[in-house]
Amino acid sequence: MGAQLRIYRRRMRSVKATKKITKAMELISASRIVKAQQRVAASSPYANELTRAVTAVATFSSTKHPLTTPSESPRRAAVLIITADRGMAGAYSNAAIKEGDQLVTALRERGLATEAYLVGRKAVNYYRFRSRKIAGSWTGFSDNPTYANAKEVSDALIAAFVEDAATVENGVDELHIVYTQFKSMITQIPEARRMLPLEVVESEAPSGLLPMYEFEPNAGEVLNSLLPRYVEARVFNAMLQSAASEHAARRRARRAMKSATDNADELIKSLTRLANAARQAEITQEISEIVGGADALASASAGSE
Amino acid sequence: MSTNLTVEVVSPEKRVWSGEANMISARTLEGDIGVLPGHAPLLGVLVDGIVSIKVADGTSQEFNIHGGFISVSNNRVSILGESTD
Repeated sequence: MGAQLRIYRRRMRSVKATKKITKAMELISASRIVKAQQRVAASSPYANELTRAVTAVATFSSTKHPLTTPSESPRRAAVLIITADRGMAGAYSNAAIKEGDQLVTALRERGLATEAYLVGRKAVNYYRFRSRKIAGSWTGFSDNPTYANAKEVSDALIAAFVEDAATVENGVDELHIVYTQFKSMITQIPEARRMLPLEVVESEAPSGLLPMYEFEPNAGEVLNSLLPRYVEARVFNAMLQSAASEHAARRRARRAMKSATDNADELIKSLTRLANAARQAEITQEISEIVGGADALASASAGSE
Repeated sequence: MSTNLTVEVVSPEKRVWSGEANMISARTLEGDIGVLPGHAPLLGVLVDGIVSIKVADGTSQEFNIHGGFISVSNNRVSILGESTD
């Protein structure tokens, strides 16, 4: 086989392999995005109810609780960044990582050291490549998180928060979370929020006056058991929103995949033409070589007679 | 005054049950409580166990709540459970 022809064949093979990948990516996640959205909606009654309860306790009780009172001299902050496990989702993961970097810079300016907690292989790879320290990482569930996953992550965060940052190596004074808010199919915004010490965000606070609750057994106890649940619910909600955003971003990338598949088709077609031309040219050349050789032989033997 | 309680049982993943009820009994850290319409606003920590709801249509519902809370205000009752079945 001629060198030219071999090169064409090789390129065709590689384009065909790429086409298979882009075709597969095109088919994924069209139905998943709807499911992910429904899960966000299904989890909101619980999250809303918890937010309402936590707000009520925090507002009405005068108890100083470590989870609600900011440390006077914060030393360290934990940053939880939620990204995707797989690529092909446009700038989705990068946007969250960048938002996280900005948050880290802002925290450093306040004189805090930061501890990175990462969800999703993309963030882990990003940090590992730059040899940054990772305090905790979880992968493998970014596109379909369960409450158990959220609990696992929150447990680690709360454990670090409960430790005294002044004395313990990996204790933290603040908990921040970076996730991608799912606004709509077209808009997803990376967002950084402080989870603890408690900061009830205006938009999340329930409207209307809160009733004067009685607490059973008492406000402190209620807060004690309420806050871990609150963190879990927040983390879970962030994960679900991020998952929905991931699917939406991938769906947008899907349109790019569609044109990538079309491009691959086009490329294969023109490469086939070129390869055919090369093959024909090769055959033509071989024929003319044989004919030329036979001619030379014939004229040589004719001359000798 | 409305004579019924509007009840919601929610878990992190979804709303498990919602409807009108006459009475709810649950066990908090301090002991059993019964909630009737007109109950004062309450926020309580539940111990793991059964919460039973007397539904307005005369039937009753029971949920096994793990790691949960009850919140009562204006005849609205929310029962939150980390796991509910």
